[in-house]
Parts: sequence; C-alpha cells; structure tokens
Amino acid sequence: MVALAGASFAGEIPLAERRSGYELMSRETRAMQDDDTANPGMLAVLEGGGLWARKTGAAGRACADCHGDARAGMKGVAARYPAYDAARKRPVSLEQRINGCRTDRQQAPALAYESRELLALTAYVARQSRGLPIDITVDARTQPFLDSGRAAFYRRQGQLNLACSQCHDDHWGRKLAGNVIPQAHPTGYPVYRLEWQSLGSLERRLRNCLVGIRAEPYEYGAPELIDLELFLMWRARGMAIETPGVRP
Amino acid sequence: MANALINVPDRARRGEIIEIKTLISHPMETGYRRSQLGARIPRDIIRLFVCTYNGTEVFRAELYPAIAANPFVVFSTVATESGTLAFQWTGDNGFSATETATITVD
Repeated sequence: MVALAGASFAGEIPLAERRSGYELMSRETRAMQDDDTANPGMLAVLEGGGLWARKTGAAGRACADCHGDARAGMKGVAARYPAYDAARKRPVSLEQRINGCRTDRQQAPALAYESRELLALTAYVARQSRGLPIDITVDARTQPFLDSGRAAFYRRQGQLNLACSQCHDDHWGRKLAGNVIPQAHPTGYPVYRLEWQSLGSLERRLRNCLVGIRAEPYEYGAPELIDLELFLMWRARGMAIETPGVRP
Repeated sequence: MANALINVPDRARRGEIIEIKTLISHPMETGYRRSQLGARIPRDIIRLFVCTYNGTEVFRAELYPAIAANPFVVFSTVATESGTLAFQWTGDNGFSATETATITVD
C-alpha cells in the first residue's frame, strides 16, 4: 500500500502527504521510541541534563547559570534551528550554537562534532521541544541559504549521480535494499539509530547518505551541510519534533 | 559514570506480578572488531546483571558480546513486601554500576 502510494508521486511532496520516518518504522521500533524508559536516546538526555547544570570553562559558568531551567527556557528552541546568527552572518545549527556558547560565554573549548557530550547537550536541549511544530524563520537574511540548501537537495551528485529528491521525494515508502525509504524529515535529531548503536546528529546522517551515493561527504559543520539542514527543516515545517527519535 | 534508566511501579498490591525495565548506557564492544588501522578493538562488555529485592536475588542475567549497545533488560517479579530493589551491572575493565528503586506494597 505504502509502496504504491509512494510510487505515484514525483516532485515535491504535498504538505498534507508528509510522513515522519516514525510512521514507516516497525511496531517494535515505534514502541521503543515511545517509551522513555526503553528509548536509548533518553540516556543521552539524562547525561545532557547533568552537563547543563555543570560549571565549566574559565568563566566557571554552567548553561543553567544563564539560561535557567531548560524545561522552560529551551522549550521550542530546537524547532527553530538552524537559525540565523548575526555574528557569523549565516544560519548555524543547534550544535554550533551550543559550541558558540561554550567558547564565548563559558570560555571552554568547543566540543568535537559527534562527541558524546555535544550529542548529549543537543539531545537535552532538543528534548524540551518534543511535540512542538518545526518553525523555521524565512526572511531576507536566511533566504539565500535556504535556496542553496534546496539546490543541493535537487542536485544530482556523486558517482551514482543521484539527487536527494530522487529517493526522498519520488520513491519514499519503497525499499532500498531491505530498508524503507523515508521522506527525509529531520524530526527526531539527534536520533538513536539502531544501525549505529548510538546517538548521531543530522549531519552524520547526511554524510551517510552522501557516502551512499558515492559523493565525497562534506566535513562536519560545513556550510553546505547547514544549508541542506535548513532546507530539510523548512521542508518539514509544522511537523512535530520527536527528539530523541529512534530509527532503524 | 554510567547512566541508567529504571522503571519500577511505585506501588503494587501484595502478590501482584510487576514488570521491571532497566536500560543502561554501555558501548558493549564485542572484541571482534578492528579499527581502520587493523588493530583489534579490545572487548568491553557488561558480563553480569543482578537484581536483588530487599537483599534476595530475584533476577540474574549473563551478557555476551552479541548483545547490542545500551542493554535493555525487562523482567518481572512478584511484589512481596515494601522495600528496595537494587540493580547491579558488572563487566570488563572493572565496570560496575548500581542503581536502586523503592516500591510500596499494600
């Protein structure tokens, strides 16, 4: 059924036809995400809560010293990222924002991409937005980056000469090897991916896809990845944040 | 610095069968993998999980390399009396973690 429905589309998915990857998962994997004591992503959220309150860096300040209780202060924040950063004159991801806070406000070294701590903090912050709709601001400042992300999504690349859209717009719901092709809505990041047996960021996932189409992946934090991330979040506008998601 | 999530009902009737869920953060490195340079990654797993109920052992599990990262163990026991459930995980490289949960039995 799903396969047939997916096959009939080509081009952009109408807003009402969008499905989170959650809906394409098995019953068991969905149950794992739904139960906070079975969801391994919650271990990272737990750890992130500890990091949020821990003083660090030369400034001797914790995230909580400025931002207070994350349950109130961070509510809805992840739903707005990547967001425009006036200092860098471009959108930054939630990970980059956290690292910006670390280096500027806490005067602590930036955390490495995909490090346990950065993922834990990101998951903890994003968890506070669970259930809230993705709300990306599009204005004159972010429009060029959104356009660049859109161009990347529809651009054929790699030795397989595939565009993101060829799988995720045109053939979602069908199978790629043993896996169902999702629509690529980044609703649950950072996600606990069973294949990774760990939490991972959206950038890790995008780099995975790039390797899959035999393109050279961009470095973590590369502007190309952030632009694509911005476009994907805009494409999923209005859909609910699920962090920490579980994916097969 | 292990993180663990425990789910035990707060209250239960005497004689009721209660479900206990435990999830612990652990890489469960099998010892069979090699790094990109070909060096063997040493085994690092949890080998034993024990649950005691007011000091009496009610559940024990031996874990092996085939078990995925962040082991999720669910089991049941009979609520006999109010008290403490203690959970202990032990493994390679001196790994040891303990958690407790309290239950009130009416």
